[in-house]
Amino acid sequence: MNDVADKALVEFHNVSFSLSGTNIITDLNLTVERGETLVLLGESGCGKTTTLKLVNRLFEPSGGEVRVEGKTTTSWDPIILRRRIGYVIQEGGLFPHFTIARNVGLVPALAGWEPKRINERVRELLSLVGLDPDRFAERYPRELSGGQRQRVGVARALAADPPLLLLDEPFGALDPLTRASLQREFADLTTRLGKTAILVTHDVREALILASRIGLMHKGRLLLLETPEQFLVSDHSQVRAYLETLELKGGDQ
Amino acid sequence: MSFWQFLRLNWSELLSLVQQHVVLVFIAILIAVVIGVPTGVLLTRYRSLRGPILGLANVMQTIPSLALFGFLIPLPFIGGIGTRTALVALVLYSLLPIIRNTVTGILGVDPNVREAAVAMGMTGSQVLRQVELPLAMGVIVTGIRVATVIAVGVTTIAAAVGAGGLGVYIFRGLRQYDNNLLLAGAVSSAVLALAADFFLGLVQSQFSFEEKQSVAGSTVRKLVLAAGVLVLVVGGLVLWRGVAPKTGGQARVSVGSKDFTESALLAEIVAQMLEARGVSVERRFELGGNLPHEAMVAGTLDLYPEYTGTSYTAILHHTPISDPRAVYDQVKQEYASKFNVEVSEPLGFENTFAMLVRGDDARRLSLRTISDAVPHAPQWRAGFGQDFMSRADGYPGFSKAYGLKFAEVREMDLSLTYIALSSRQVDLVAGNSTEGRIATLDLFQLADDRHYFPPYEAVYLVRQDSLTRVPALREVLAKLANGITTEEMRRLNYEIDGDKRDPKEVVKEWLKAKGF
Repeated sequence: MNDVADKALVEFHNVSFSLSGTNIITDLNLTVERGETLVLLGESGCGKTTTLKLVNRLFEPSGGEVRVEGKTTTSWDPIILRRRIGYVIQEGGLFPHFTIARNVGLVPALAGWEPKRINERVRELLSLVGLDPDRFAERYPRELSGGQRQRVGVARALAADPPLLLLDEPFGALDPLTRASLQREFADLTTRLGKTAILVTHDVREALILASRIGLMHKGRLLLLETPEQFLVSDHSQVRAYLETLELKGGDQ
Repeated sequence: MSFWQFLRLNWSELLSLVQQHVVLVFIAILIAVVIGVPTGVLLTRYRSLRGPILGLANVMQTIPSLALFGFLIPLPFIGGIGTRTALVALVLYSLLPIIRNTVTGILGVDPNVREAAVAMGMTGSQVLRQVELPLAMGVIVTGIRVATVIAVGVTTIAAAVGAGGLGVYIFRGLRQYDNNLLLAGAVSSAVLALAADFFLGLVQSQFSFEEKQSVAGSTVRKLVLAAGVLVLVVGGLVLWRGVAPKTGGQARVSVGSKDFTESALLAEIVAQMLEARGVSVERRFELGGNLPHEAMVAGTLDLYPEYTGTSYTAILHHTPISDPRAVYDQVKQEYASKFNVEVSEPLGFENTFAMLVRGDDARRLSLRTISDAVPHAPQWRAGFGQDFMSRADGYPGFSKAYGLKFAEVREMDLSLTYIALSSRQVDLVAGNSTEGRIATLDLFQLADDRHYFPPYEAVYLVRQDSLTRVPALREVLAKLANGITTEEMRRLNYEIDGDKRDPKEVVKEWLKAKGF
C-alpha cells in the first residue's frame, strides 16, 4: 500500500496528442503529487482541457504515456479508471432527467451500492456542499440556480470518494460573488478531505486562490510550473501579461 | 338517406372496419418501433451507414402507397394479399420518421451531458439506456407520432389489397359515388389520426426535461396517460382476438373480386351459395388491377369472377379477336396448362367496354356508332379508367383502330367517369355495358361498328386444387352456368349503385327468386 501511496498520483511523460493532424499537446511532462491542487492556466485552445481528458482516458495520448497511480491509462480498464476519478465540468453537466439525489448517487449506483447506503451518502454529500438534502434531493437540475447546480456537480464527483478530482472551469459560468464563495468553500473542502485535484481555468485570480502549483499552458506546451508565490514574482513574459490583467482589474475596484 | 341514418344502419360494420384499421396501424407501428429505434441507435454509432440507410428509408416513403402494395403482391412470404402485405407496406412507410428522429434525438443530446456520463464511468450501454435514450425520447416519440398519423392515412389504401380497414368504405364510396360511405370512411380515419396525435402528444410531453415547470408532476395528465395506455392494451388484446384467424375443421374457400360493383356482386353470389352448402367463405373483395389474378396464381385466392376478353388480352397477351367461342376455348385451355386454373361455363351475359356519350349529344349530333363520333372527337375531352388506359385492348389499340384523336384524355377512377360525363367534365367515357347508371344518367352507348372489342363473357376462374378440395364448388358453378342475363345484371348493378342497397341483401333476394 505504501508503495503505491509514495508514487505520484498522476504523471505525464513526454505526452503529445493530435486530433486529425493538428497537434494539440506537445511534449508534456508533469507530475501531480497526492493532496495537491494543480491548476492548469491558459487561454482557450491552449490544450488544458485536453490534458484533463487524457487523465481519465476520454482521450488517449498519441505519443508518450499518462500514468495514474503508477499504471498507464491505456492499461487501466477505462470504466474502473473513471469511477476512481471525480469529474466536474462547467454548469455541472448534470443529467436533466435525473433528480438531484439520483445525479449525486450515480457513481455509487453504478458501483452497485445498496440503495440505503446510496441515500445516506447523497444526504451527507449534499450537506457537505451546503445544500439542504430535504429541500433539494427530489428536485430536478432545471429547478436549481447555476451556483446550486455547480455544488451538485461537485457533490456528484465526490460521491464514490475518489482519490482524484478533475475540474474543467467549474466556476466559469457563475456570477462573481457566487464564484468567490464557491472557490473558498472548494479550497476548504479539498484540504479537509485530503483530495488531489487538477483544475483547469483561464482565470488567474482563481488559480492564485486555489492552486498549490500553477501550470501555465500556451499552444499545447507547458511553459512553467510554479507555486503561486513563485508565479507572482516570475519574469516570464506570459506570466507578466496575465498579472497585468489582474492589476488592471484590481485598479477598477 | 341522411348521414345519420346511414350511421345508424351501418354502425356495426363501421366499428369493425375501425377495429381492423386500428389493429393494422397499432401492429405496424409496434413493429416499426422495434426495428426503427435500434436501427437509429446503430446509425448514431456508425456514421458511414447513416447516408445509405436514411436514403433508403426516404426512397421507401416516396413510393406511392398503391404502387408499393403492387410491388409486394408477387413477392413470396411477405407478399400476397391481405393483412400481411398491408403490414409490410405500413412498416416500410413508418420506418423513416422513427429512424430519423431516433438519430436526431440521440445526436441532439447535450454533448456535455454525454461526456459527463462517460466520465462518470458509465459503460456504452449504460450511457445509451440511462442517458441518451431517455433524453432523446421526446424527439423519438415525435417520430412515432408522425409515423402513426401517416400510417392511419396509408392504411386506408390497404383496402385495395384486401386488408380491410376504413379504406373499404372510401373505395366503395368512390365506386358507388356514395357520399355517406366516403364520409364515414374519411371522417373516421381523420378522427383516428387526431386521436392518435393527441394521445402521443401527451406521451411526448412527459419527456420534456428542459422546461421550467415540472411536467411529470401533473396528476391529471398522468391519469389521462394511464387510462390511454390501459385502453390501448386492453383494446389491443380484444381487437387482436377479433382479427386472429379462426381455424375451423370445415372446408374453407377464399373468394375474391375486382374493385367494381359487378365483380363484387358476382363474388358475393358464389360466396352465399357456398355458405348455404356449409362451406366457410373468406371474402377478399374489391382488389385492384390484376391483383385477383396474381393472388389466385399465388394460391391465396380460390376463385374470382373474370371476363374472357380480359383474360385473353390482359393476362394472356393475345391480340383481340371477335369470335366469343374461340376466345373462350383459348382461355380455358391456356389457363389449365399455364396456371392450373379452371374456367367455368359462361354465366350468360357480356360486360364489354361501352363507349358512352351524353344522350342529348347523341340526339343532337345523330351519333349511333363509334365511327360517327370520330369527326367530333378533336373537340372532345375523354375520360378513361386506369384499367382502360393501360391494357392492350384499351385506349392505345382502340384509338388506333378508329383513328380517334381527342382534345384531351383524362385518366380517372372508372366509377367517377359516368358522373364526370353527365356533369360535362368530359364528353366521352369508356364504361361497362352492364353499368346500371347508363339508363339513369341518360347516357348513350355508341355501337362498336368495327368490332374492335373482344367478347367479354363473364365466367368464374377457380383453382383446380380448390375444386378437388371443395366438391361443393363444382355444383355451385354448374348451377350458375348461363344463369344470369345482361338485363338481370344491369338491374342488380343498379340496385347497388343506384338505389344504394346492401349488396348482400340484393344477392340474397336474387338467389331466393332464382331458387339457387
